[in-house]
Amino acid sequence: MDPLVRLTGVAKRFPNGTLAVDHVDLAIETGSFVTLLGPSGCGKSTVLRMIAGLIQPSAGRIDRPGLPEAARHGGHPELGFVFQEPTLMPWASVADNVALPLKVAGYAKAEVKTRIDEAISMVGLEGFAHVYPRELSGGMKMRVSIARALVTRPKLLLMDEPFAALDEITRFKLNNDLLGLWQRLGWTVVFVTHSVFESVYLSNRILVMSARPGRIVTDVPIDAPYPRDDRFRVSDAYGDLCRVVSRHLHEAIAA
Amino acid sequence: MSDDSPQPRRRGDPLWLKFGAPLLIGVLALGGWEALVTINEIPWYILPGPVAIAKTLVRDWHMLWPSLLGTLRVTVLALLVAVVGGFSLAVLFASARWIELSFFPYAVILQVTPIVAIAPLIIIYIDNLTIALLVCAWIVAFFPILSNTTIGLNSADHNLLDLMRLYGAKRWQVLRYIRIPGALPFFLGGLRISGGLALIGSIVAEFVAGGAGAGSGLAFRILEASYRLEIPRMYAALFLISATGILIFLFFTGLTNLLLRRWHESAIQREG
Repeated sequence: MDPLVRLTGVAKRFPNGTLAVDHVDLAIETGSFVTLLGPSGCGKSTVLRMIAGLIQPSAGRIDRPGLPEAARHGGHPELGFVFQEPTLMPWASVADNVALPLKVAGYAKAEVKTRIDEAISMVGLEGFAHVYPRELSGGMKMRVSIARALVTRPKLLLMDEPFAALDEITRFKLNNDLLGLWQRLGWTVVFVTHSVFESVYLSNRILVMSARPGRIVTDVPIDAPYPRDDRFRVSDAYGDLCRVVSRHLHEAIAA
Repeated sequence: MSDDSPQPRRRGDPLWLKFGAPLLIGVLALGGWEALVTINEIPWYILPGPVAIAKTLVRDWHMLWPSLLGTLRVTVLALLVAVVGGFSLAVLFASARWIELSFFPYAVILQVTPIVAIAPLIIIYIDNLTIALLVCAWIVAFFPILSNTTIGLNSADHNLLDLMRLYGAKRWQVLRYIRIPGALPFFLGGLRISGGLALIGSIVAEFVAGGAGAGSGLAFRILEASYRLEIPRMYAALFLISATGILIFLFFTGLTNLLLRRWHESAIQREG
């Protein structure tokens, strides 16, 4: 079966001359939860942005055999993107923030309403539809951001260190909720993080990257079964996997 | 939700401090003025006290009121044109960099040239007095709106813009959903400055028009009263001009708070 997205010999050199990413070959299978793990500045966000079509590779090619052709103006509404910051519109209520992608796509009002309610309840924010972002905590803002990403029912969800700014308790809870949604909705997720523990907990495949230029140096399958929960987080299997991935990461940094 | 608790809504300064303190200062200053005039027996035709000015205000109301309306009309019209013009021009600037680069310097030149220096020319060339006054007031009022709104339109969150690109948003949709709402606080900040400037512009224009501006507005009343050495009436007209300026400021402050109170840091009331 064709992968959802395929990167072949992808490189990215920025206008200032920095070679951010080089020789990236990668196939993302439908339904997988793939994490790009690496130190700061290793180009993992750059890879994610190239997959989203927000920046173009300077060499190589990106195919999206499992996704529809790029829509008007080169947009990819079948992708969901979650940034490190919640990136909400402060002037709009939770419901209006979540509605943004649908309004842009020109959905009918009734359909917008149904989908917003659905997305808001999926991330557990019932009753907060008319609240403004500034009245929400960091974790709740991130939930709104996730709701906005999934309101278009994307096939592929791209997440750029979405929980890095949150406290640990909130992060664990959002990790669990994200895994729940992933299993229920059958998305493919590409997740970027610099946390070994988060990457092992979430993904079934970890791509370890090294910096300058960013390359994928190791491809580690994480075979632990889903559903994973807080018991997995304290299990020996989890500890062993974290050790293995940690070692790979250190090698990547040393390389 | 067990994440962490939401932010509480916040409250502001106590009312007695917010309104009481400035009121007290005002009463003390006026009282001191009145006492000074009374104790030193300064004649009213040199320095009238607040009471004499208030009496003049009432006595001459029949001529001051139409003048006030005249000034107000020019001010409000100039501001309206400034809002429409400044905002549209800002949108135009934000939509194409070359337009901004080509025209912005001229907007700056218009702004930095003192209106008193341009006004005589405008009054010579434009026959209709109201329109001439309007143009003068507009020139000073439109720049803050233009420059603030342009900054506002250009300060949209880059991630939000990326997101719009991902969704395949059209240019007008980015403008409508992201840039314009984000520019609102900047626009309102400009509006608050422009409100005061529009008044200043129309007053300056009336002064420059001088005799030609007979019956036009409050500045003309001041000129006329000064020729006749009716000092109390000069003060009364001056008072009305200040009061108008304060009302314009308060109006736009209220409008700003009303529009931004739900989301913008500037309008959120804080504790402590």
